[in-house]
Formats: sequence, structure tokens, C-alpha cells
Amino acid sequence: MSQPGVRRPRIFLVEDHAVFRAGVKAELGDAVEVIGEADEAAAAVELINERQPEVVLLDVHLPGGGGLAVLQGVLPLHPDVRFLALSVSDAPEDVIAVIRAGARGYITKTISGDELLQAVYRVGAGDAVFSPRLAGFVLDSFSQGPTPVTGLDPELDQLSPREREVLRLIARGYTYKEVGRDLTISTKTVESHVSSVLRKLQLSTRHELARWATDRRLV
Amino acid sequence: MLGGVCGGISEATGIDVMLVRIGFVLLTVSSGVMMLVYALAWLIVPAQGEASNIFSRALSDRRGIRLVVAMIPAMVVLQVVVSALHVGFVGFIGWPTFVAVGVGVLIWRNAAEAEKVWMRDDLVPLLGAGTRGQARWVLAVRVAVGVAVGLGGVYFLLNGHTTATALRPVGGAVLVLAALVLIFGPWWLSLVRDLMSERQARARAEERAQMAAHVHDSVLQTLALIQRSADDPQHVVRLARAQERELRAWLFEGQPPGSLGGDVAMLAEGVGLLQRQVEADHGITVQVVMVGDCELTAPLRALLDAAREATVNAAKWSGAPQASLYAEVESENVMLFVRDRGQGFDPDLVPDDRQGIAQSIKARVARFGGTVAIRSAPGHGAEVEFSMPRGELVR
Repeated sequence: MSQPGVRRPRIFLVEDHAVFRAGVKAELGDAVEVIGEADEAAAAVELINERQPEVVLLDVHLPGGGGLAVLQGVLPLHPDVRFLALSVSDAPEDVIAVIRAGARGYITKTISGDELLQAVYRVGAGDAVFSPRLAGFVLDSFSQGPTPVTGLDPELDQLSPREREVLRLIARGYTYKEVGRDLTISTKTVESHVSSVLRKLQLSTRHELARWATDRRLV
Repeated sequence: MLGGVCGGISEATGIDVMLVRIGFVLLTVSSGVMMLVYALAWLIVPAQGEASNIFSRALSDRRGIRLVVAMIPAMVVLQVVVSALHVGFVGFIGWPTFVAVGVGVLIWRNAAEAEKVWMRDDLVPLLGAGTRGQARWVLAVRVAVGVAVGLGGVYFLLNGHTTATALRPVGGAVLVLAALVLIFGPWWLSLVRDLMSERQARARAEERAQMAAHVHDSVLQTLALIQRSADDPQHVVRLARAQERELRAWLFEGQPPGSLGGDVAMLAEGVGLLQRQVEADHGITVQVVMVGDCELTAPLRALLDAAREATVNAAKWSGAPQASLYAEVESENVMLFVRDRGQGFDPDLVPDDRQGIAQSIKARVARFGGTVAIRSAPGHGAEVEFSMPRGELVR
């Protein structure tokens, strides 16, 4: 489903399974321009810094430091490169860690070709992409426990009721469009809610998030 | 907060319920008549959500009326014995007590379920106040001493008269008693039998419903699968073997088919097991998202059994390659959603006798006080929404 009038985004694949790389390329087809690929962290950092793609599809589990090492090697130099994390195994702390390190979305590898393309476009446009899994993790980490005493900005440490509703529907398997229809808001509004949740996720000092980040030596 | 009469009045007139209650209490204190009015209103005004009142239900409750009428001969015997013993005051309070007990029995049998709970939980402990917390043997000793003292009293009463003349009416009473037993005995027996068979029938119906749900989940599901994979002999054999194992485990080891083993203790663990089983047996991807976790209580086990059924339905009928299962643990309830993007169906057009939705999903969840809502339309997938209380129902 290539969108007429939309320039083909230049993407980069970081993934250690050759079979999966080939599968992704086949599924995305002509809709994108794959400008490079890498199967381990150091090579990925070097190539991405050199070629500066718009979107990087980043495997969370990667030899040589994982997806985190790539994010930390690229973002300080090129903050415009957008990362979309994907994985099969979903330990919440791994996923939250790559999001807090700067990835703009997270999807699972079971995603269909169409949805993957949608996600690439979204991340390329600067929006956030939440899979049902990630929405569940976020609801989980924002649902219990006291907010931190050191929180400078209470706005950051809590989800608004609307954001909670949106996340709950995404966790139930609704697409952004279906979420919009259910809540009678536009898809654009859904996107802005999700982006605002992403911001909170990256900046909040909530205990659970902070602990996960500390464990991963992010802070 | 007794029979809910004040609430009903305030709802009908629009006056604040507190004002109505205060008015009732003041009138009761000043005249006492209000108590009678309140009791009558409770009996005659139908409870919210019910079509008939307690009074009219009691009039049509033949079994209850027969029960009360059957007590009359027993009362007559008691009166005869008592008058023979010249214990006048028992005779004086005897008939009013009898009438009160009879009316009480009729009210009990015809009260709504919620009111029964109230009577059992609040009223009965009130009557037995003072005995709470005491060991059972203390009660037994008290009853024994009471009976002994009572017998002593009877002995002295008999001795107060000339022995021979006092014994004669007692003998007469025994004869009357024997006659009554001869005449009414079979009738009493049949009444008791009626009550027992009524209870047994209810137990049997319940058992049958559970059995039907189990058979549907296991045997019928497997047969449907076998029909669909008739061209793959190996798959058919595998299915048949698995089903045979499960049926044996159920018949000879008492382990319900398709339900979780007893070793699963947490909800998330159970959801994971459900996901693996459905994915293995039905070739569909189940995407699970869990928020929170809690102990797997009996209601939650029933919830998972029903959720498995919904997921299997999605695998069998929707045609979609993937189903989503989302569970969120809240402070009182667990919310669970099973969703697919398949062909969908019209929930209103599903016949009531379809076991899958009626028994395996709805009845199972309702048995533990949970709710089910199904949203689907042809071409728009389906979503089943469950809500189940986390703990056991407080009885």
C-alpha cells in the first residue's frame, strides 16, 4: 500500500536474523527505500551515522550491547534519526528502556506488513507508535505505586483519563482509527495523545520507570 | 434499611429518603402503629425489579401453605398435652406463636433473594445474640440442663396432683397423639419427601448444566476440529488422542477437561497457559496483554474457562489469523476482553440453545456474579467483554 504523493521514506534495518531482514524487506516492498542494514550494534552505529536514514527499524535484542547501544551511539550526534523498536520477546524493562533511550515506538514482530508500513510512516512523521504490548506495559507502570516525591512536574508522572482510555483500547487490539471511532475523536487526536504518553514515558521520574532505567544504566 | 420501604416511598414522591426515614421513626416512637404499616407495606409493595409482591406470592405458594396447614395437627397435639398437664400459660401463648411462625415461614419462602440474605445474615444472628463465639459444647450443656430442669418441673407438677387422676388425661393424650400420627403420618411423610425431591431436582439440573458445559468445551470442540481437518489424517489422530487423554482424566481422575490444573496460582500464569493451549490446538495467534496480576480465585478460574471458550470461538468461526486478549486487574474486578478482526456475526441471531455462548460463556461467568457483553456485527469482527469480581462472593 504505497501512498501516492508521499515520498518513500529512507529506512535502515538493524536486526541479527538475516531471514527476518529479508522478510521485512519483502513485506515493505517498494513502499520504502532500504538504504542499509546491519546485524550488530557497532556496525549499525557507524553506518547509521554515515547514511542518516529517516527511520531505523531496531531489534531490541542485538549482539554487542543490544538496541540500547545503537540508540546511545546515534541520537547524541543525529537527534533527527527516528527509531522504531521491534522484538519478539517482551520483557517490559527492555522495552521501556529502549523507549526511554529515545525510540519513538515499539511493535512486535508478529505485526502484519500493512501495519508495519503504517508504523514506519507514523514514526517518520514524528508520531509515536504503540503496540498493544507497550500500551499494556505503560498502563501497568503508571497504574500502581506512589508517584515519586522528587517529581518536579506532577503532570509528567500521571496519565490523564483520556490518555488512559486511548491506551486501554490500543491494549485491547484497536488500531488508531478504531480507537478514534470508539471515542469519537479524530485519528490525529489519538496520535497526539499517544505522543504525549511517549513524552511522559521518556521524561517521567516515576519510581517504576526510574528503577528500570537505573537497572539499565540509563540515568 | 430494613425492607427498603422508605427508599421506595422517596422514589415515588421525590422526597429525600432521609426525611422519609426520620418521619417513620418519629411516628413509630409516638404511636407504634407505623411499625405495622411498615411491615404491611413491605409485604404488599413489590420490590424494585419484581412484578409481584411477597403477599400475592405467598397466596399462590401451595407448598408453603400445605406446610403450614400440616403444622396444625402437631399444634393440636401440643395443646392437648399441655392442657392435660395444666400448664396454662403455654396454651395462652401457643396459638399466637403458631400463627407468627406460620406467617414467618410463608414470608421466608416468598421473599426476594436479596431479602432472604438480609433475614439470614442480620435477623437470625439477632435472635441468637449472646451465643456467638461460644463453643458448641457449651450450647449442648445449656440445652441439656434446660431439658433436665423442664422435666423436673413437669415431675413436680404431676406430683402436685393426685397421681392417678393426673395420669389419666396423659394417657388419653397419648392415645390422641397415636391416632393423629396414624391419620396424618403418611401425609407428613409425603410433604417431607416432596421437599427433598425438590432440592434433589435442583442439584441435578445444576450438575447437568456443568456437565453440558464441560462436554461442549472438550468433546464437541474436538469433533468440530476433526471435521474441519478431515483431509489431514495425522492431525485427526493427534486430536483424537489428546481428547481421549482428557476424557479419561475427567472420568477417572475427576479433572475437568479444558480447565486449568490446580498448580496454577496466579492470573497471569493462567492467561499464559490459555494462550499456549489455544495457539497449539487451534492454530491461531493469541496476542496477550496483561495489566497487573492477582491470585487465581475460583471466580477467576471460571473467568479464564469462559475466556478460553471465547478465544476458541474466535479461532473457529472468525477466520482471522489472530485474536487479542486483554486483561486488567482492578481493585475489585478483573476486566477481560477477547477481540478478533474476523467476519463477525449478529449476536441477536445466535439461537439460545447454542451451548457455546449460553452455557460455556454466559452461565459460567454468571454463576460467580460476573457479566459478559458481546459486541459484533457481520464484517466488523467481534469483541467479548468480561467483568468478574476478584474474590469469592460473600455469602
